Amino acid sequence: MSKREPIAEGSEWTFEALDAFEAEIGRIAADKYRLDTYPNQIEIISANQMMDAYSSVGMPVGYHHWSFGKQFLSTEQRYRKGHIGLAYELVINSNPCIAYLMEENSSTLQALVIAHACFGHNSFFKSNYLFREWTDASAIVNYVLFARNYISECEERHGMEAVESLLDSCHALMNLGVDRFRRPRPISADQEKQRQKEREDYLQKQVNDLWRTIPKKKQKTEEKWPRFPAEPQENLLYFIEKNAPLLEPWEREIVRIVRKIAVYYYPQRQTKIMNEGWATFWHYNLMNDLYDEGLITEGNIFEFLQSHTNVIYQPEYDSPYYSGINPYTLGFAMFSDIRRVCENPTDEDRRLCPEYAGGDWLETVHHAMTNYKDESFILQYLTPKVIRDLKLFSILDDDADRAIQVTAIHDDDGYRQVREDLAEQYNLSKQEPDIQVWEVSLRGDRSITLKHAQRDRIPLDEDDAKEVLKHMHRLWRFDVHLESLRNDEVHRVYHCNDDKVWIDSGASDKSAATS
Amino acid sequence: MAFLIIDRRQQGKQKSAVNRQRFLKRFRKHIKDAVTDAVNKRSITDMERGEEISIPRKDISEPIFRQGKGGKQRRVLPGNREFVRGDRIDRPRGGGGSGGGNASNQGEGMDEFVFELNQQEFLDFMFEDLELPNLVRKQLKDSDSYKLVKGGYLREGIPARLNVVQSLRGAKARRIALGGAIRREIKALEEALEALEDDEDSVERGEITGKLDRARRRLNQIPFLDDFDLRYNNMIQQPTPTTSAVMFCLMDVSGSMTQDIKDLAKRFFVLLHMFLKRHYEKTEVVFIRHHTKANEVDEEEFFYSRETGGTVVSSALELMKSIVAERYPTDSWNIYAAQASDGENWQDDSPKCRDLLVKGLLPLVQYFAYVEISSGREQELWQTYSEIPELFPDRFAMRNVKEPADIFPVFRDLFERKST
Repeated sequence: MSKREPIAEGSEWTFEALDAFEAEIGRIAADKYRLDTYPNQIEIISANQMMDAYSSVGMPVGYHHWSFGKQFLSTEQRYRKGHIGLAYELVINSNPCIAYLMEENSSTLQALVIAHACFGHNSFFKSNYLFREWTDASAIVNYVLFARNYISECEERHGMEAVESLLDSCHALMNLGVDRFRRPRPISADQEKQRQKEREDYLQKQVNDLWRTIPKKKQKTEEKWPRFPAEPQENLLYFIEKNAPLLEPWEREIVRIVRKIAVYYYPQRQTKIMNEGWATFWHYNLMNDLYDEGLITEGNIFEFLQSHTNVIYQPEYDSPYYSGINPYTLGFAMFSDIRRVCENPTDEDRRLCPEYAGGDWLETVHHAMTNYKDESFILQYLTPKVIRDLKLFSILDDDADRAIQVTAIHDDDGYRQVREDLAEQYNLSKQEPDIQVWEVSLRGDRSITLKHAQRDRIPLDEDDAKEVLKHMHRLWRFDVHLESLRNDEVHRVYHCNDDKVWIDSGASDKSAATS
Repeated sequence: MAFLIIDRRQQGKQKSAVNRQRFLKRFRKHIKDAVTDAVNKRSITDMERGEEISIPRKDISEPIFRQGKGGKQRRVLPGNREFVRGDRIDRPRGGGGSGGGNASNQGEGMDEFVFELNQQEFLDFMFEDLELPNLVRKQLKDSDSYKLVKGGYLREGIPARLNVVQSLRGAKARRIALGGAIRREIKALEEALEALEDDEDSVERGEITGKLDRARRRLNQIPFLDDFDLRYNNMIQQPTPTTSAVMFCLMDVSGSMTQDIKDLAKRFFVLLHMFLKRHYEKTEVVFIRHHTKANEVDEEEFFYSRETGGTVVSSALELMKSIVAERYPTDSWNIYAAQASDGENWQDDSPKCRDLLVKGLLPLVQYFAYVEISSGREQELWQTYSEIPELFPDRFAMRNVKEPADIFPVFRDLFERKST
């Protein structure tokens, strides 16, 4: 390989150097590794601006809400106290792909960040199936702009307080604003704006029809009213948008905006390990390539390795620094191990991963990145070697048992169990409570009943659940009931009416108490 | 690969400012309590800085449906050293279900949300709802100073007020409007000339060229700038409120005033001074201290020099009156006074003080606050003064302060915004 002049000497970066890094890394990424990316838009920002970017949670612009202010204040405080360093970069799933780079970064770090964000994350956004199906990178910036303007208009027209409390309520239900099993239509700001007016009218008409109380002619009063909704609904926000009896058209539009943004985040919530792992895997490879070609110096590569080591540091479970499994570590270890299994498979690998052991590693990592999410990725690609390296172990915490039990460790008997448990840990539908709209009393008191199916006897967090019910009531504006089912028997029932929230113990709990 | 590098550093860094304000607004009650606390605890020299505020995390949480503790929960953790399958571990105390993973690594309790209020915000909260009495009325009624502000354009005016941009803009519009027809004619003629190009008919060509020349001359005759185009800035006089305030600090430095009492008094003066500084463009402070005799001193001497002797309060009031007459005409100054004392006075002097206030000083000032710092029962001066509030309910106020923690509440109390 021909040695060339290094791009940057010393630690100060220049715009020319960034240019050159982008071009060189882009060349290697495309030619050698076939990374398919959106065009990059690199923005240099200061630490303060980075905190701003943090608090708008990965959106280039966001509507105004106090919760973002809270986020900002907390980031600022922790940064000022030195509890956290700010991320070197922040990247947005948009087309062009916007990456924020901190001005404080040294030239080595900028190269690292360009490799990580502008080629790692960027290619993940463009190719992973969840992002392809759930988000439209070219529309998101315009959409959030539309959302922000719409919400400001509402604030002017209906008052800040009204809009704020509506947003509070929507945020409380945001995670339940997604159709898990149906693909959404991509969003487009222009269409939204255009259709918004018609939709307002149409929606309101539909709602009016639903709640019409004047009996139709010749209808037999004894006839049983059809059950509504006919099927349980998992998308609470959608259900509210379409059916809540008393919401104003603008309120429905805001519910819709929050729902659309929830959909945009949905793929990100399911691919933390993969997304970070993929980006880390590529910055590691790309930086080494730059070094091999002589484009960065020995000093650069040592500085890089130190940062890289920090990024993938995994404290042990009993360390004071432990705060869960580091997605960078796990993801990087898994992608690196896929490459190892392809290039230098052991007998164990040949036995356990026959599909790709000894295969083409580049092909295999691309396949994994494109077609999996965290849960399925772990089930498919977490090898015993990674489990051994990280010394993973599984515990079972059963409240019927006095002690916590270790159910599996990193040995031959245990790795399957560890893998399954870890995959479950990243399965959103297992980690978040399963709550659905069960029934609406159309002809009665207009109350709405939700059902929560407990998994493994795990109840709802009661304090939070009560607060969320108040928000639900604020949107529905009639009584709200929530039945929490344990093994198909009612375990708890939450009620919320105009002025209070209370909990009843269900049948199963009472019988347990008497027996 | 198309790409773009943008330097955003020069752009506003306060993108979150609105959200920050919203947050502060929403939790104003919590923050206000914290600010009041902080003010009471602080030393007098550092009132003007931010403050770390903590709010119970519970109060600002954003609830979502979450899984609670209990049931059967499985977890995978890294870094196993000693466990083998089947080992049983006692539950960590306090954590029933969800196990590790949420421990605070921030050095402060997870129950408190802590953030920094900057200086401006701190002062805003500190003085929120406070308003110096009579401020508004004084500004509108007594304002006799004016400033000139721009108010559109005039066709006539003095050369100094000529607005070049407006004039030239008007001239250009006029030239375009007047020249339109001629320019059309020129264009038509030029086309005709071009069409002729091949022919040799010099008669027609001469005719067209002649017309063209005349048209061009006419176009040139449109004046570049006409009197008609001239525009002058119109300046209108706008009354401006009196934006200067003077604050008189009156303090007894007789033997009975200990350093502690003086410190208390100082806190009160500091608050008042900061408050005035926020409301007026210009504030001056006059320090008058007195024992049997009053004199005007500088700040250092006011607070820290030691004097002994008896107490004649009226001497300070006399001096203030003469200083006002000499240096601070009431039509251009808002006058505030704060008097701090332990309440002791030479007995025959108190009625004199009252008369001086009622007849001489109170008609001149915006506000006169008397703070008595004493832990015992009301003193001489208090009893004499207590008749005044009835006569001047909106100008005179008096309060008793016992300890440092009283200062800020008393200050708020004195200057609380009256809901009229």
